[in-house]
Amino acid sequence: MIERTPLLNLATYAVMFIGALVVFVPLWLVFVGATLTVREINTPELHYITGSHLFENLQAAWARGNLGGRLLNSLIMSLGVATGKVVMSALTAFGLVYFRFPGRMLAFWLIFITLMLPLEVRIVPTYAVAANALWPFQSMLDVSGLTGLIQMLSGIQIGLEWNLLNSYTGLVLPLIATATGTFLYRQFFLTVPDELLEAARMDGAGPFRFLVEFLMPLSRTNMAALFTIMFLYAWNQYLWPLLATPDRAGFGTTAVVELKLLAPTVSTNGGGTPDWNVAMAGCLIVMLPPLLLVAFMQRYFVRGLIATEK
Amino acid sequence: MAAVTLKSVKKNYGTTTVVHGVDLHIEAGEFVVILGPSGCGKSTLLRMIAGLEAITDGEISIGDKIVNELEPRERGCAMVFQNYALYPHMTVSENIGYALKVAGLAKADRMARISAVANMLGLADFLDRKPMQLSGGQRQRVAMGRAMIREPDVFLYDEPLSNLDARLRVAMRIEIRKLHQRLGTTSLFVTHDQVEAMTLADRIVVMNKGQIEQVGSPDDVYHRPASTYVAGFVGSPGLNLLSVIIDRASQQIRFKDGQAIALDSTHWPHLPEGPVTLGFRAEQAAIVSEGGLTISPHFSEALGPSRLLHGTVGAEQAVISIGGTQHYADDAPLQAEIPSNAMHFFDPVNGRRILPLP
Amino acid sequence: MEKRATFSMGWLGFAFILPQILLVFTFFYWPTGAAMYWAFTLERPWGGGNEWVGFDNFRQIFADRAYWGSIIRSLMFAASTAILSMAFGLLLAVACDRGLKGYQAFRTIFVWPYAVVAPAAALAFRFIFAPEAGIFASLVKAYPEFWNPAQNGYHAMAMIIICYSWKYAAYCFIFFLAALQAIPRSVIEASALDGAGVLRRVFDIQLPLITPTFFFMLVISITDSFQDSFGIVDVMTDGGPGKATELLVYKIYFDGFRGLDYSGAAAQSIVLMLIMMVLTFFQFRYIERRVHYS
Ligand SMILES: Nc1ncnc2c1ncn2[C@@H]1O[C@H](COP(=O)(O)OP(=O)(O)OP(=O)(O)O)[C@@H](O)[C@H]1O
Ligand SMILES: [Mg+2]
Repeated sequence: MIERTPLLNLATYAVMFIGALVVFVPLWLVFVGATLTVREINTPELHYITGSHLFENLQAAWARGNLGGRLLNSLIMSLGVATGKVVMSALTAFGLVYFRFPGRMLAFWLIFITLMLPLEVRIVPTYAVAANALWPFQSMLDVSGLTGLIQMLSGIQIGLEWNLLNSYTGLVLPLIATATGTFLYRQFFLTVPDELLEAARMDGAGPFRFLVEFLMPLSRTNMAALFTIMFLYAWNQYLWPLLATPDRAGFGTTAVVELKLLAPTVSTNGGGTPDWNVAMAGCLIVMLPPLLLVAFMQRYFVRGLIATEK
Repeated sequence: MAAVTLKSVKKNYGTTTVVHGVDLHIEAGEFVVILGPSGCGKSTLLRMIAGLEAITDGEISIGDKIVNELEPRERGCAMVFQNYALYPHMTVSENIGYALKVAGLAKADRMARISAVANMLGLADFLDRKPMQLSGGQRQRVAMGRAMIREPDVFLYDEPLSNLDARLRVAMRIEIRKLHQRLGTTSLFVTHDQVEAMTLADRIVVMNKGQIEQVGSPDDVYHRPASTYVAGFVGSPGLNLLSVIIDRASQQIRFKDGQAIALDSTHWPHLPEGPVTLGFRAEQAAIVSEGGLTISPHFSEALGPSRLLHGTVGAEQAVISIGGTQHYADDAPLQAEIPSNAMHFFDPVNGRRILPLP
Repeated sequence: MEKRATFSMGWLGFAFILPQILLVFTFFYWPTGAAMYWAFTLERPWGGGNEWVGFDNFRQIFADRAYWGSIIRSLMFAASTAILSMAFGLLLAVACDRGLKGYQAFRTIFVWPYAVVAPAAALAFRFIFAPEAGIFASLVKAYPEFWNPAQNGYHAMAMIIICYSWKYAAYCFIFFLAALQAIPRSVIEASALDGAGVLRRVFDIQLPLITPTFFFMLVISITDSFQDSFGIVDVMTDGGPGKATELLVYKIYFDGFRGLDYSGAAAQSIVLMLIMMVLTFFQFRYIERRVHYS
């Protein structure tokens, strides 16, 4: 459109430029911080010119935070959540959309209500479940009196126990027990024309074939979007890994949780000044993977965000 | 009311040129239809006139002003969009009156003009509805009302009827024509529907691949197509086009399959010796018992008032139209006589028309 | 909307959804149920029986000034982060939507903060706002009282609000830009032909057309601020100084895991759930409005 609005264009660029500064300046200060020595960084002034100790600080952060193992934990957990979510969402949505069975609507609502309440608000009992994933089933046996009955008949005391703390399973499962992706897939399957199934069926395709050879290829972009979003979501998790990995010496925890220990707070070190240079170096390392992912997958990422929040 | 002049107007998107230097003059008060296939640059041309696209090269003037650098709102054009582009959050009356509101007219004046326009378009009962609550035809009228109320110098229509069903399309076509008779505003109307073009236009501009093929009255375009492209595009069916060889010595037109018919060389003094393209309308060929061009039909289509016989001459297709009640055995060869004044000849290389008598 | 063509083996469909049903039961319904059970009983979850106490736990938390404090702080946090991040996100989205030359580069940059892990952003901002080394360092040297988030609760609160909004503005930006770009171009062009200039179009056409997204974002940003703030609070301030930055989820965590008061934490969870459910209900209504427009 032809528009002669030089002043307005200038103002628009000014707004965008300031916005870019607001984004950049903190990141730049972190980077600068990661290049200084402890002495340099603790002089009371604003540090905006890089020093020459980036590599040492990265090494120090890597060693002090045990970041190699922590990043691997983060990676496995994030891949687990992303993959688990994509697979389970597709299967569930397929079951809900392409089959008719008694209780289908009930199942639908049971699954979709989970969208309303995030993990954070039921964190305490979820922790209890993770400590013994079979607790719900044991309780049901107990309450229904089956435990007692079985004990009377066979003399065996049933004690179901499956501790998920300090395990990848424990990190992943509670995070995929929501309907986010399921909803996305359901919406997508509903837009697939009925004729496709009819045609596929005439060609002799059964449910598995139809899912794998027709629906999956059609939903490739959705899948990429969901995967990206879920990977970021999992990488970003803080509260759940903090609780689910109490064994810091053995299993360790995720890189994101470890980050806090690089710059302890009042409650953990009594208020001493942290080694900011090493902390910032750790920050850089932990920030990098999701930034790279978003840089390469920006299209899918934006699309996925918008689709999953609807 | 204002004249619109385009001087070698060009438009590039990146490295592809979509409008190649168009020259066109539209008289004040004229109704001009731009006709062409999808993707030929019709909308682009219209949008350049409206100021919605910048032009790459050339000059556009409206009235006596060169408008190249003017913003859309300064050009005095109103546009009716294909999808109507109504403001979904405003009522019909707000939609129609928005331009006046922006212009700062007092509410009472605004309402008076809105209701005048609404009455003219039969929208008086819907003024408080939102566009969502209207039918396609009603939305179309609102879009027209929104354009009319500003009393613009030029109306621009970009395929405004293509989202309507066939009957409504005919009705709206007539209304648009009546409206033009009443208001007399210079109008540019883009369409790829040739019936719309024929019935609405004072003049038709036929476009192809970003270039103007022909500018002329509906009669001109139909009866004196300037190129094989126009010949094939206009009319249903389009002009029959057959490759022939002119043999001036024997005064014959020879066809690829060896047939020959007589050439009236007094009527065609400039016709060159050798290969040319012969064109004729399906309805202007008469079936005779002998001495015509032999065509082998392979199927026929009944259109009601007439019947189309599709056949071949050698390897080329030809269509003959006969009366709707006449019957013809589908597979028996027929003889078609083409009157001399119904013949068109085109240059076989560039497709331009070769003129008959000077 | 329902499918006309389906597979006939209903049991197979059930098999497909069974894994998710089991997961959702184990990690959603059971914990939610347990929270309710604990909220109405008193006893540690792993020892002996539980005693039914009715609404006692709720009476107790509502009688607790500290709990009210954390509710008010959470609401303040929600309101200020929503205003800051939505205003910024919207402003940048409107600027980008003008489509001036080079806007794509800015768009990419504006999305970044969302990809920065919250605790990492928290650590970064803690450093940036550290009185001994950050942007205020020289000012603090001259006037030690000027800035001290480790001692001053308001400073600490401001710090977590800024950090959270920095990150969340990117999220708002993504949604607002998508909404603006979903407005048909021809509607904007029609208003340009009707004589409206750029700013006039923003206020008359674009903003009214994205109001549904606006309300949607408002609700989402409030509910998100309840849940996503935990990492930032824990890394930046540990809920302190004093209790100045103790938000609702942080308090649930603190009472449940550090104070081992499961019943109190469960009652707080139930209250938070109710708040979330009310907000989500509003959101569903506005989603319907949104569908209505297009
Ligand atoms: N923004 C753009 N960038 C690049 N190419 C474009 C752009 N807009 C249009 N084009 C190209 O310009 C050509 C002309 O487009 P235009 O919209 O004018 O066609 P049209 O004649 O109106 O077709 P239709 O009848 O389908 O509306 C097309 O080939 C189109 O692909
Ligand atoms: Mg077009």
